[in-house]
Amino acid sequence: MISVVDYGLGNLHSIKKALNYIGHDVLITNDKGVIKSSKKIILPGVGHFSRGIKNLEKFNLVETLREKSLSSDCHILGICLGMQLLTNFSEEGNIEGLKIVDLNVSRFNLEEEYKIPHIGWNSIKAKESISILEGIGQDELFYFVHSYAISKSGNSKIKYGFTDYGKSFVSIFSKDNVFGVQFHPEKSHNQGLKILENFVNL
Amino acid sequence: MDKGLVKTVNFSNPNYIGDPINAVKIFNEYKADELIFVDISASLNGRSISSKFVKEVGEEAFMPFSVGGGIKTIEEAESCINNGAERIILDSHACENPDIINTCAENFGRQSVIVSIDVKKSFFGKYNIYTHNGTQKQPKNIIEWAIEAQNRGAGEIMINSISQDGTMKGYDCKLVQKISSNLTIPIIAAGGAGSYLDFNEAIKFGASAVAAGSMFVYHGSRKAVLINYPDKSELSNIFK
Repeated sequence: MISVVDYGLGNLHSIKKALNYIGHDVLITNDKGVIKSSKKIILPGVGHFSRGIKNLEKFNLVETLREKSLSSDCHILGICLGMQLLTNFSEEGNIEGLKIVDLNVSRFNLEEEYKIPHIGWNSIKAKESISILEGIGQDELFYFVHSYAISKSGNSKIKYGFTDYGKSFVSIFSKDNVFGVQFHPEKSHNQGLKILENFVNL
Repeated sequence: MDKGLVKTVNFSNPNYIGDPINAVKIFNEYKADELIFVDISASLNGRSISSKFVKEVGEEAFMPFSVGGGIKTIEEAESCINNGAERIILDSHACENPDIINTCAENFGRQSVIVSIDVKKSFFGKYNIYTHNGTQKQPKNIIEWAIEAQNRGAGEIMINSISQDGTMKGYDCKLVQKISSNLTIPIIAAGGAGSYLDFNEAIKFGASAVAAGSMFVYHGSRKAVLINYPDKSELSNIFK
């Protein structure tokens, strides 16, 4: 059973619809017990980082998610704000995240011609092979809408894919069983659905 | 006329195009980038875009979509977001009670908030803001209002030219440039697109995104209703 974490932020309905469309059942939940027994966890998110982490604390899910990230028979996918929450720290609120992946989130700092938020369709240049990108061409586009982004860290255990918007930022990462995507696969047509399919089939 | 997709000219004479959900299905097939739904009679009638309708769109759309029309409370905005909309569009009510922009941005993040500004160009070339589907002239200065909306938390501004709307004679690029040169957030040009060349023009003048209505629902000089959209290779040629 795929659990989609409901912590009060995020387009849960769209993710559920997308997964149902490709033939998978989904449970929208914030129940600790249910999440603990899930083999696939999706952490969605749209909104402010500090509100996100505070809501996860409010629902008492921080430790559970950390434990699940270390369990080899479970996979976690963070989407947009969900991806950012998996990291150490964000400048959006200057607050710590779940610290599951050794990365940081900072505000876009770009030339004047690049408007912020980054809104629109963009491609991923994957340097390393990331399992959930299997079968997806290099020129496929995905939908981004964000003002803050993740930059690469020195941690060698993390695999990265980058996207250019003025500068390069991390648009997808994987570390063991934990994945993060800055874009919205549930709103990126067939190529987005393929990423969800790949995740479910891990 | 009750409900349905309509196309206006200068915000008047709505011409029935078809069922909006059907249009979503067709645009899905065409892999359209993004859809915008505005209930153009909502603010006039003191209501907001139907959450049932937003949910129906959410059930069908595999691309991002934004919704607007009479949104005046955080609850109405939240209902749209919870029903699957990526962004909510604030217009008439925000112009009169701009705090709603701050509230929505604080609750959903600025990337979820679009402020739409409908603009008429007078005979003497002066730009005026109109709300409530082009019926109420507002005293605010356009640039000042756009900057205020940005500062209050709008993630994007949609500039809708009432004067160009439905004419398919091109965007008001002067207006696009006036606004985009004063903002750090992206702007969507709307009103007047007649050809792919118009898209290039608007981008050249500072638009980050281009919206079109007539171009995507009409075909030919007799304006036969035919929903269309450029394919991937046409798109990459347009936006080289």
